[in-house]
Amino acid sequence: MILARVVGSVVSTAKEPRLEGIKFLLLEKIDVNTLQGKKDFVVAMDAVGSGEGEIVFYVGGSSSRQTETTAGKPSDATIIAIVDSYTVKGTRVYSKKETER
Amino acid sequence: MILARVSGSVVSSVRADGIKGARYLLVEPCTPSGSGLSGGIVTLDPIGVSADEMVLVSQGSSTRQTEGTRDKPVDALIIGVVDMVQENKRLVFQK
Repeated sequence: MILARVVGSVVSTAKEPRLEGIKFLLLEKIDVNTLQGKKDFVVAMDAVGSGEGEIVFYVGGSSSRQTETTAGKPSDATIIAIVDSYTVKGTRVYSKKETER
Repeated sequence: MILARVSGSVVSSVRADGIKGARYLLVEPCTPSGSGLSGGIVTLDPIGVSADEMVLVSQGSSTRQTEGTRDKPVDALIIGVVDMVQENKRLVFQK
């Protein structure tokens, strides 16, 4: 799974009928040490109700179809977790609570 | 599989993985001797690995081939703690 920041959303009207009601979010992968965006973007289906600015992690490949939201859907990237906090080498790099303050 | 070092941990209370008590660790791919390469991957840890340990990480759909991950949205899984690595008949890593 890869850590990324939700930087936007993607809207599509003319789409595969099965995708009705699915939320597409634009993710930018982050450098885990600095939280900086890596200018590497991916569009992911949202299985957790995440929103812009949040740090999430997404699952790729065939595993991205293994959520209730995406079962049987042509997804190759699905957000499966909203990150509360994470640490690297003992240092807390990100905490959602502190970010929202 | 790839060799990686456990570099951190990730906490999430809003998840769609359907795994009770899932523990997610941040790992950094490493060389056979254990030097960290850049980058970070979030992996599921079913073993209970400690910080800084070298681990074996499986990726892709194969990570669903364990009891705890069957039909779960997982694409990176710690499948073992590395005790030692030999490269060109030389011991390059020992726990």
